[in-house]
Amino acid sequence: MTLNINGVEIEDTFAEGFKMWGTRVIITAKNRKWALEAATKMTGFATSVIGCKCEAGIESEVTDTPDGRPGFSVLLFTPSKDDLPKRLMERVGQTVMTCPTTACFNGLPSDSMLSIGGQLRYFGDGYQASKVIDGRRFWRIPVMEGEFLIEEKFGMQRSVGGGNFLILGENGDVTLEATERAVEAMQKVRGVVLPFPGGIVRSGSKTRSRYKFLIASTNDAYCPTLRGNVNSALPESVNCVLEIVIDGLDLPSVEESTRVGIRAACIPGIRRISAGNYGGTLGQFQIHLHKVLA
Amino acid sequence: MTTLTLKSQPAVPLEAETIMPDRFLGKTTAEIAALPVTYGNQSTTLGDWFTVNGDGTSDIVIEGDLTRVKQIGAGMTQGKITIHGDAGMHLGATMRGGEIAVHGNAGDWAGAEIHGGLIRIMGNAGHGLGGAYRGSRRGMNRGTIIVTGNAGNELGATMRRGLIAVLGDVGDFCGAFMIAGSIIVFGKLGARPGAGMKRGTIVTFQPPELLPTFRGACTYQPTFLQMLMQQLRSLKIEIAQNQIEGRYRRYVGDMNALGKGEILVWEGK
Repeated sequence: MTLNINGVEIEDTFAEGFKMWGTRVIITAKNRKWALEAATKMTGFATSVIGCKCEAGIESEVTDTPDGRPGFSVLLFTPSKDDLPKRLMERVGQTVMTCPTTACFNGLPSDSMLSIGGQLRYFGDGYQASKVIDGRRFWRIPVMEGEFLIEEKFGMQRSVGGGNFLILGENGDVTLEATERAVEAMQKVRGVVLPFPGGIVRSGSKTRSRYKFLIASTNDAYCPTLRGNVNSALPESVNCVLEIVIDGLDLPSVEESTRVGIRAACIPGIRRISAGNYGGTLGQFQIHLHKVLA
Repeated sequence: MTTLTLKSQPAVPLEAETIMPDRFLGKTTAEIAALPVTYGNQSTTLGDWFTVNGDGTSDIVIEGDLTRVKQIGAGMTQGKITIHGDAGMHLGATMRGGEIAVHGNAGDWAGAEIHGGLIRIMGNAGHGLGGAYRGSRRGMNRGTIIVTGNAGNELGATMRRGLIAVLGDVGDFCGAFMIAGSIIVFGKLGARPGAGMKRGTIVTFQPPELLPTFRGACTYQPTFLQMLMQQLRSLKIEIAQNQIEGRYRRYVGDMNALGKGEILVWEGK
């Protein structure tokens, strides 16, 4: 079966997603500038669990925050349940608590709760104080600027990482433009983040290498410069490939994000949309492109 | 909805702790009217004092001057009681859930030692609001009390958790021996606020007379207070934006006790 959108071929393949654990953090501050600053720092260097121990991104700007101040919602994912509180503690402690005027709230009601503020409070060295507001406990940690307010517990849930699709274009300019359009559309979907810079990956990888010390190396079959050297997966007219990786709190959100992203990316100059997988042998989720676009 | 209308003013207080949704639920009008109330040293029934209308639901409306009707809603865990008139002593004392709305004044010990729920008093409240009974170690422990008018002495004394907001003035020893929790007073504080408090927060918008055992700390914009104010706004309390975003002078004390309590005095934007 062939599928075309605006003349762009959608390959009959699937993205292979993996089980992750995810949480949502609401960061607020005196103004938008500082809330964004903290959210940006918290999600920095969190593109791939391979090198960053977690994956994170800014989900959206939030207008209805617990303290009524400007805020941003951040999603953070780890492959293991035990890693999530560690990564969250590190990042909230080093990037949100240190940032002027911020406060930090749980954004994910869940049966599985992590004690984050409940642990970070010890930074207060005995001068921390708690407040229970509307049945939720918050910790007031004295800092040089005044007080850092953080919720005691944050929810976590089983999530999906590694959703992806590849945009194969005639040249670099049009491929980047199409990918940017896709990212813009996908950022409106709740429950997902695109953890790579600007939501885009240019250096997709395969899970092997000729070098023993590497577990992953460049995805040579999709590198246009290697078309004559390797068994290329690229049509002759394709000269650039960009990838979008999606992490989501649940599978429907990842599928919805994939759907709107692909539709937005199908512009003139794009030849094919594909996806990365490992033959279905590694990931627990298969996101079939034709199915999500049906 | 069940409606109770007071037939005549009792000469001595009526102990009416049976007036609560937990006791009314599932009962017929006759069964409700047969519920016991103590009048002085006599055992009487609700029907002796009130005209009862409606079957037992979790929504109770009471009409009349109930100044001498004590313990309405005491210990309740659910439902709503609406009182059109003044309420007697111990209104909602030790309640754990539900809501009481008084369109009038409430007597002493309203909300004493409550463990949850919401009490709204549209008039004035007496002494010991949300406080601890004599000999008790803890007063209010969770829940919310809102008073539109003034409140008496020893408001929130020995409270452990929860929120009390008074839009008018309060009497002496507000928050005395507080263990934790929050008291917000939009009017004037009486003498010796926070005496003996260990932890907890008293917020005031008028310059208070503080005990010498409180020390000035700093002027800042506490984020948690913005959340408390948002909570009050959600309960339809009108709060100016500059009271939410304004600066507060923090005094810590009582240094005669643990010294981790605070009195926050609004200084404006």
